[in-house]
Amino acid sequence: MEEVDVEPTVTNIPEIRHGKHMGFAWGPGDILVYETHFKPSGYTLSGPGGSFIHKVRKDEDINSPILRKLFNESHHIFVGLQTINDDLPSKSKRPQFISISRNYRSVIRACMEELQQVAVSTRDTEKGTQYGNQVSILLAIELIWNLCEVLFIDAAPAGSLLLHLLDWVRLHKADVDEKAKDVLQSDSPAEHHNYWDVVVSYVLQGRLEEARQMLVKQATLQPASRNMYKLMDSLLSKMPFYNPGGTQTLTEFDVKWRNWHEEVDRYLKDNTFASNRHLELICKILVGDEDTLLEQKELLSTWYHFLVTRLLYSHPTVKPTDLHYYAQSCLTMFLDSRSVQEPLDSILLAAFEFDIYLVIKDCSIVLNNWWFVAHLTDLLDHCKLLQSHNLNFGSNMREFLLLEYASGLFTHHSLWQCAVDYFDHCPELGRACLELQIERVPLDTERKALKVLRICEERQMSEQVRSICKIMAMRALRNNRLGSALSWSIRAKDAAFATLISERFLQDYCAKGTFSDLDLIDNLGPAMLLSDRLTFLGKYREFHKLYGEKRFKEAAKLLLSLMTAKIAPQSFWMTLLTDALPLLEQKEVIFSADQTYELMYCLEELTSSLDTAASGGERPMQEEDVEQTKVELLRLSLARNLAMAIIKEGTVET
Amino acid sequence: MESAKYVSQKISKTRWRPVSYSSLQQPDIFATGSWDNEENKVSVWSIGNLGSSGLEDGFEGDPQLICEQKHDGDVLDLQFLDQERVVTVSSTGAVTIFRQAPNSQTMSICKHWARAHRYPSDNAPSTGVACNSPEIVTVGEDGRIIVFRADQEGVVRVIENADSSTLHAVTYLRTTEVLTVNSIGQLKLWDLRQQSNSPSQILSLSRDRVPLYCVDRHPNQQHIVATGGQDGMLCVWDVRQGNMPFSLMEAHSAEMWEVHFHPTNPDHLFTCSEDGSLLHWETSSPSEMPSFLQGGRNSNMTSRSAMAPAGGNQSIISAWLHGDSSKSRLETTHMLPSQTLSVNSLDVLGQCLVCGTDGEAIFVNRQVPV
Repeated sequence: MEEVDVEPTVTNIPEIRHGKHMGFAWGPGDILVYETHFKPSGYTLSGPGGSFIHKVRKDEDINSPILRKLFNESHHIFVGLQTINDDLPSKSKRPQFISISRNYRSVIRACMEELQQVAVSTRDTEKGTQYGNQVSILLAIELIWNLCEVLFIDAAPAGSLLLHLLDWVRLHKADVDEKAKDVLQSDSPAEHHNYWDVVVSYVLQGRLEEARQMLVKQATLQPASRNMYKLMDSLLSKMPFYNPGGTQTLTEFDVKWRNWHEEVDRYLKDNTFASNRHLELICKILVGDEDTLLEQKELLSTWYHFLVTRLLYSHPTVKPTDLHYYAQSCLTMFLDSRSVQEPLDSILLAAFEFDIYLVIKDCSIVLNNWWFVAHLTDLLDHCKLLQSHNLNFGSNMREFLLLEYASGLFTHHSLWQCAVDYFDHCPELGRACLELQIERVPLDTERKALKVLRICEERQMSEQVRSICKIMAMRALRNNRLGSALSWSIRAKDAAFATLISERFLQDYCAKGTFSDLDLIDNLGPAMLLSDRLTFLGKYREFHKLYGEKRFKEAAKLLLSLMTAKIAPQSFWMTLLTDALPLLEQKEVIFSADQTYELMYCLEELTSSLDTAASGGERPMQEEDVEQTKVELLRLSLARNLAMAIIKEGTVET
Repeated sequence: MESAKYVSQKISKTRWRPVSYSSLQQPDIFATGSWDNEENKVSVWSIGNLGSSGLEDGFEGDPQLICEQKHDGDVLDLQFLDQERVVTVSSTGAVTIFRQAPNSQTMSICKHWARAHRYPSDNAPSTGVACNSPEIVTVGEDGRIIVFRADQEGVVRVIENADSSTLHAVTYLRTTEVLTVNSIGQLKLWDLRQQSNSPSQILSLSRDRVPLYCVDRHPNQQHIVATGGQDGMLCVWDVRQGNMPFSLMEAHSAEMWEVHFHPTNPDHLFTCSEDGSLLHWETSSPSEMPSFLQGGRNSNMTSRSAMAPAGGNQSIISAWLHGDSSKSRLETTHMLPSQTLSVNSLDVLGQCLVCGTDGEAIFVNRQVPV
């Protein structure tokens, strides 16, 4: 068991009284907590126990409406990333990966801006702090992501590496531009109290063009020191910057840069700028003097800014592999005894050391939500930067993180639909997890059930399809919606349920004498074939229709076929034979002799089976009497019909 | 051009507010209803249409929220009753009228019929609503059809047990006739003037009884309706001509949730589906005579011989009914930039199209080529 790096946070449950014992149960994303009756000895706390169950959720972000946009937009980007063609080698896909990384980052930024607006405009102080916290977390996330993009995905070599790091720092230090705007908009910029701060900040960020433009304003005010300003201006303009697309090699650039550096050093040693402390300061920065840089802590504000500036002015051709030496030393130098190393600092340090796993691990611990690590790991995995770092239970890290993230999403009442796509792209355990989770989505309306069913059908999860359809069908049946129940059982191709529904219909008919829901039975169509009982129901209704239309011959034929083809269940034969009575009693002969023989045969079959059934059990005398009368009536009618049929068939028409 | 606006709620329905026909304005206000949230909402948005825009893209027209109101249960259907009022039906079986006074930033509930659709011991979701101001007709999973009037407190009429399965959608054919579709693939015509509780006509497909989820009537020809259902096929029917649809077209690979004829330009039809696509169908007839269109399925079904037009008046027959294939074409275009989660709802008015998805995004397109 690994040691815990941070102290666990304590959450107080407001409703549970102090001193009471709590019971708990784990859920997929939360804990259920309740008050127990357990009385440890010595306590005399009395009174009724609390009757609430409390749900403690770790991840609040999932319920924030603004952060929800983050989840949805990143889901869209994630799905797009998975469908990138796998045929091409990784190298040529790099621009695509970089643009996807930028998409993710712009989504984070958009969320951050919106949160910032809301944080500023809200009047509720608690909410305001909460939003403020979320904004700073998002800032940190974007900072880390950007650094990972520069170091891992873009993987710039020496020379361009520094340029990218400069961009990175500039992007995350926006207050310089605000200050500069203030200064420039004032009446006399060169006399503004922030003027020199702005100039120095520009130099620290390597924005020498802008520094020069600012310095010109000062130069016009002090014509006496014109030469000094001209010299500084020329130094600033001559500083070489590596051009990755150009023809100059790294060594050539290095030589040029060293020459320039020596020149600046000479001017410094000659005390050329000694009379103007500001220009002297700038000169020392240009030469890369560590102590001077450290003095500018206020303007630098972070150790990684210090790192990049130091590299810019002392080792611009730094190699990626050497980065971590400088990073470690800069961190130590920058943090004095008062300030403590924050988690963000260790994460950035791990990134500079190119230890991807440490970055991911630290981020997982610090953040309360798997969103960041899941998406970043997935992107890095696509860039083929992660070797299969096998965890104890066999799946690799990317899959583990995606599964954790998606399981968390699934507990959300609305975002579960996004989670499905994440499970799809976890080849080992994704399907099994989805199968377990999808059955537990609450189905309040038919529309939701239809969507869940579509998800299951697309992935051939037939077990889940059957189970969901059965739930919906049972619910419909309980509410007496037989048509709905039937349509659900047709969708699941559930013959057993269709039989159940037909039994219900037939029972209704026997009880009431008429069919309910004729619109359904009359229009069964091919669905009739799903179950034998259903077919019987359809055909039986057809018999009634034929009878109603006085098409007796056809009705008779149908009736007979229902019994002889064994479509009708034996329990229903008595009813069918009773239905045959009026046909037998008609003046006109409807059943032919052969048909009558068949009817008789059916009757005998029925009575013999009834006899064997009756001999065992006890039946009330009345029922037996009724049955006996019916049978006798039938036998009489059949005999009479047979007689008339024989005569009719034997008669020769003259 | 569309851009997605993410709104932190899954959109189940979206409708344009009607514009008066006298003004030639493009619509600029639409309402949406959400579903599957712990707290669902009905929201009204504006895209602030500038009169004559020389703008290419609609970034300035990002929908802005004007007001919203809590809604109990999922919003399963939503219609504008008039310029100020919106009717919604809920998964709790309730029917509600919301009012937003013009130029105001608030919305309030003006009428509420709770549990209009219900089971004896449970709630029954209400699934569809159609309006013909001031009359409102709703249908639900309980198989009832209920008629309300916006100015009366109680219910005007209930047709009990109108259907043994769920009624998914309803639309007006004429001012006194409505058409409903259900889970067993039937279209039922109801004459509201008659007191009987049975439909005046039932139509269905002779093959599999696929559940139907949406229906829309041709704006000019009241006997032509289009339906869509579970298998994603688009069917166009002529309700006078009996029991078979005239055209069956393979449209989507999953359930079709909504179908709409363009209200002023009915040669255009729009459908949206669970598979995440929104299709724009356009028929065109090359010559002066509005001609027939080949219906039937895309490749193999043999086309039937041209039916003799009723009343012998060929020019009125819609281009949607099938016939001689050589005389016209059908074009389909995807309107959304890429595959998204299910597109649940769409509405089109003038040149503007709005749709809402399960990816919690709204797309607005202000230059629909009609």
